Amino acid sequence: MTTQSESGYRSEAAALPIGTPRHHLVIFTGLLVLLLLAPSVLYPVFLMKVLCFALFASALNLLLGFGGLLSFGHAAFFGSSSYVAAHAAKVWGFNPEFAILLGVAASAVLGLVIGALAIRRQGIYFAMVTLAFAQMVFFFALQAPFTGGEDGIQAVPRGKLFGFIDLAADRTLYFVVLAIVFGALLLIYRIIHSPFGQVLKAIRDNEPRSISLGYKVNRYKLAVFVMSATFAGLAGATKAVVFQLASLTDVYWTMSGEVVLMTLLGGMGTVFGPLVGAAVIVTMQNYFAGFGAWVTVLQGVIFVVSVLLFREGIVGVLARWLKKPL
Amino acid sequence: MFELLGIPPQALFGQLLLGLINGSFYALLSLGLAVIFGLLNIINFSHGAQYMMGAFVAWMLLTYTGINYWWALLIVPIVVGATGIVIERVMISRLYHLDHLYGLLLTFGLALIIQGLFRNQYGVSGLPYSIPAELSGGTNLGFMFLPNYRGWVIIASVVVCFATWFAIEKTRLGAYLRAATENPTLVGAFGINVPRMITLTYGFGVALAALAGVLAAPIYSVNPNMGADLIIVVFAVVVIGGMGSILGAILTGFGLGIVEGLTRVVYPEGSAVVIFVIMAIVLLVKPAGLFGRTQ
Repeated sequence: MTTQSESGYRSEAAALPIGTPRHHLVIFTGLLVLLLLAPSVLYPVFLMKVLCFALFASALNLLLGFGGLLSFGHAAFFGSSSYVAAHAAKVWGFNPEFAILLGVAASAVLGLVIGALAIRRQGIYFAMVTLAFAQMVFFFALQAPFTGGEDGIQAVPRGKLFGFIDLAADRTLYFVVLAIVFGALLLIYRIIHSPFGQVLKAIRDNEPRSISLGYKVNRYKLAVFVMSATFAGLAGATKAVVFQLASLTDVYWTMSGEVVLMTLLGGMGTVFGPLVGAAVIVTMQNYFAGFGAWVTVLQGVIFVVSVLLFREGIVGVLARWLKKPL
Repeated sequence: MFELLGIPPQALFGQLLLGLINGSFYALLSLGLAVIFGLLNIINFSHGAQYMMGAFVAWMLLTYTGINYWWALLIVPIVVGATGIVIERVMISRLYHLDHLYGLLLTFGLALIIQGLFRNQYGVSGLPYSIPAELSGGTNLGFMFLPNYRGWVIIASVVVCFATWFAIEKTRLGAYLRAATENPTLVGAFGINVPRMITLTYGFGVALAALAGVLAAPIYSVNPNMGADLIIVVFAVVVIGGMGSILGAILTGFGLGIVEGLTRVVYPEGSAVVIFVIMAIVLLVKPAGLFGRTQ
């Protein structure tokens, strides 16, 4: 039957060495400089959206690209964290940092529950199980009294960070979001390159062999699932503060599909792929916002083209050209 | 007796009927998924979109050409099945040497394209499709009132499910199919054209989805999103049943429809999630699914 051991969907670029290659340092530094300068050229809210989705896609990539587990229900973590943070900030008057932390904690717990159940099946069943549980979370969000149903939670106050930094100005908030997202990306990078990350890749590439070597495979899978859910939650909670909104869109299956698309397009199992994928898709959504369902059609086309012709993703192809893991 | 529980029998039988109707669609769709999965080893994510296409093509036939429901029952599965055959030949067949997840991603993309195109053309408000004159009205069964069309849907889907089961389990063609599921190389060596069989199997699975769409058209309003949420529930049904057995897929489909209906009587708020809760329990108790084989 299907096991991850036969997974042919990792790119060569995924075989990262331990330790930090120098070009990764260069790229991270360049990226940081670019992002620090970006708000003087581009609209900060747009940039913050890109950052949130870059983190969301990187969280999924941790699970999919390095753990070999395709979750089709990551919107559950993104969305529920977004709801919890919005509720905490609006109704309970939490400072943004505590609102976000609470959202992250909620998504971690949800990730533990869903992950523990989902890892009992493998391959496409895993994808279907996560999708089904995410739909359950969606129905909960639709009916629960505190989520505001179709309206969602609107006009969430951005509040004051640590009680004294006012986040009402987009520019101030941008640098806070940048710090959160960049810190999280570095943490994900660290996880990928830790001994834990190496075991993950071993499980992805050959699960029976990892078991025979004595690794408790399911514990690793559950751990990476919870981590991925937690980072997805961080992205969702941050997004709720940025847009001052938590809505059903965040928790719907289309959102799960979008984040898979970002990861696929950028390059599964690459470090920088999800960032590129998120930037491309968010930009596309912004430009085509007025064309209604054509955005959906276009996303579908990108899915089909990526799967048929372009499985390594943008960064995966770049990495092959440069002969360096990215 | 029912009054003792505070549940009027009318409501109970009404919800049971509704459950059976939903179960009919779960069974037809999960049957198609199981047939496709058996041979192609992919999960057809566009199944819901193809079900929606079935309903839409039936509506188009009636609206633009005046072809009635009964002909639609025959024509629509052939037309939509043919599009499935083209999709399999042009796209899916390129993915067999890769991880099965790529098939899932590809068909997800196809579902987005199909749904997006129909949404652009017809909006989301839903189009009416009237019940054929022969089946309008209802029958009083003594304990409840049965709308004729709903009775017909249940009978039709039971017959189709049984015919599919019979064809796969009891005929020579079905034997080839089962053999190819076990060992395609060996079956190919016996001179059977396995790639063509795979193509036709996909076409058949899609045709089943389209047929379900035609049956659904007069009950639900015909709209581009009708398949999207349904297919996720059907995925849960498939996880609960396990895709190892055709009969298992059928029984699980009908069974869960009834369970959902009963939940709506006892605890209406839970009816949307009861199938997912059952899925969680099954994953805990019997991870391979009720009828699944352990991997």
